[in-house]
Amino acid sequence: MKVSFKTKSSDETEKIGFKLGSLLKRGSIVLVSGDLGVGKTVLTKGIAKGMGIDDYVTSPTFMIVNEHIGEIPLYHFDVYRIDDYRELYDIGYEEYFYGDGVCVIEWPEKIMPLIPEENIFIHIYMGDSFDERVVEIDSNGAKYDEVIKEMK
Amino acid sequence: MRENTIVLGIETSCDETSASVVKDGKIVMSNVIYSQINIHKEFGGVVPEIASRNHIEAIGNVVKEALFKADVTLDDIDVVAATYGPGLVGALLVGLSYGKALAYGKGIPFVGVNHIEGHISANYLDSDFEPPFICLIASGGHSHIVFVKDYGQYEVLGRTMDDAAGEAFDKVARALGLGYPGGPKIDEISKSGDPDRYNFPKSFMEKDNFDFSFSGLKTAVINQLHKERQNGIEINVADYAASFQMNVVQVLSSKLIEAAKFKNIKKISIAGGVASNSLLRERLKKLADEEGFVIHFPKQVYCTDNGAMIASAGYFDFIRGKVSGLDLNAVPYLKLF
Repeated sequence: MKVSFKTKSSDETEKIGFKLGSLLKRGSIVLVSGDLGVGKTVLTKGIAKGMGIDDYVTSPTFMIVNEHIGEIPLYHFDVYRIDDYRELYDIGYEEYFYGDGVCVIEWPEKIMPLIPEENIFIHIYMGDSFDERVVEIDSNGAKYDEVIKEMK
Repeated sequence: MRENTIVLGIETSCDETSASVVKDGKIVMSNVIYSQINIHKEFGGVVPEIASRNHIEAIGNVVKEALFKADVTLDDIDVVAATYGPGLVGALLVGLSYGKALAYGKGIPFVGVNHIEGHISANYLDSDFEPPFICLIASGGHSHIVFVKDYGQYEVLGRTMDDAAGEAFDKVARALGLGYPGGPKIDEISKSGDPDRYNFPKSFMEKDNFDFSFSGLKTAVINQLHKERQNGIEINVADYAASFQMNVVQVLSSKLIEAAKFKNIKKISIAGGVASNSLLRERLKKLADEEGFVIHFPKQVYCTDNGAMIASAGYFDFIRGKVSGLDLNAVPYLKLF
């Protein structure tokens, strides 16, 4: 199931994240794909707020994963700096991916062999103008279809 | 308190495995960073492949090498200090557990250190610089302006809301096709570019706001690149790099100076990888001279992640009576207070 939005500012992109974040349950996997500067971390800021997390959501590019505490914890991954998916074994990815929190994963293409089959896949790309973005949200698996229905 | 307290410092919060032996929080006897060395033959030979975050395979040899280079043995170590956050939990646990086990085995105190506090403490290494001062920490993973009131006493005045300063360098370098690591590449090519060619936006420039945002700048650079490419204009990479670098340097330096004025403190310093940027150093030196401020730059090797800064922070905690229990756990989201 798929839903698509057009946004005209980073605030609008963040609002879509907020709505999504308010619908996510424990164990959710959210993949966020898109070019540099397209708004992946902005969307994740919204997801965190929607989950009721009051914390600075900064880019995890250097750290690879930032953990945010909340009623449901948010594990914010950016695997851009990962050259080989096996590097994630050292990070103990299973405890995050199959744990009790929500995982948001930027640059999921880099670690495809490790990505759980059921997930929400978000693709963000530039629209007709430089400030416009298209946010496509796609569910893989029945439990995520419910989330997409609510997003519509 | 006897003199000559020798601390073994261990750092494994992200990419680097590092161990160091430091005397009295200032005198660096050794500082071993796994990615920068060939481990001494005696301790396992030259490592064929240096992989980041491969802490568990590196830690034993790195500690042995640090002791060897300092010409001491474990019996000479008075305190063990290790980073316990912020960082990657799996990475932190290696250094933390190793450090706690060493301290337990030798029956000596253990001190857990905040990584950001470590960066600040790089200012004390091989130096007589001391608090109070205002410190800008700018690295790949962190951007903070901190009022260092005394050893171990901090007030965070500003922080990044999105990308760290060093990360902005890396990402813009990537967009410009300059490769990794972005900091030195942009620094170098900017020397032949026009820093006034592009006027990219600056965030949070209102008075008494010491927070940063570099994500909008990154997007502005990328948008400008797209526009010029669409219009068939030839990209002048040096002008882009120079204009971007000037923007970041102006933001970082003016905020550091303004924070010092705000707190009425006349000593400033910088730490973290971005502290190596030549334009930032040049500009801060000039601004500090104009204001009559004292400015301190730690040695370049102490600006990257390293064990020496952790040993120094651990020392100043220890002499102030702070010792950690062996039940101390890694805290990936640790904040600086």
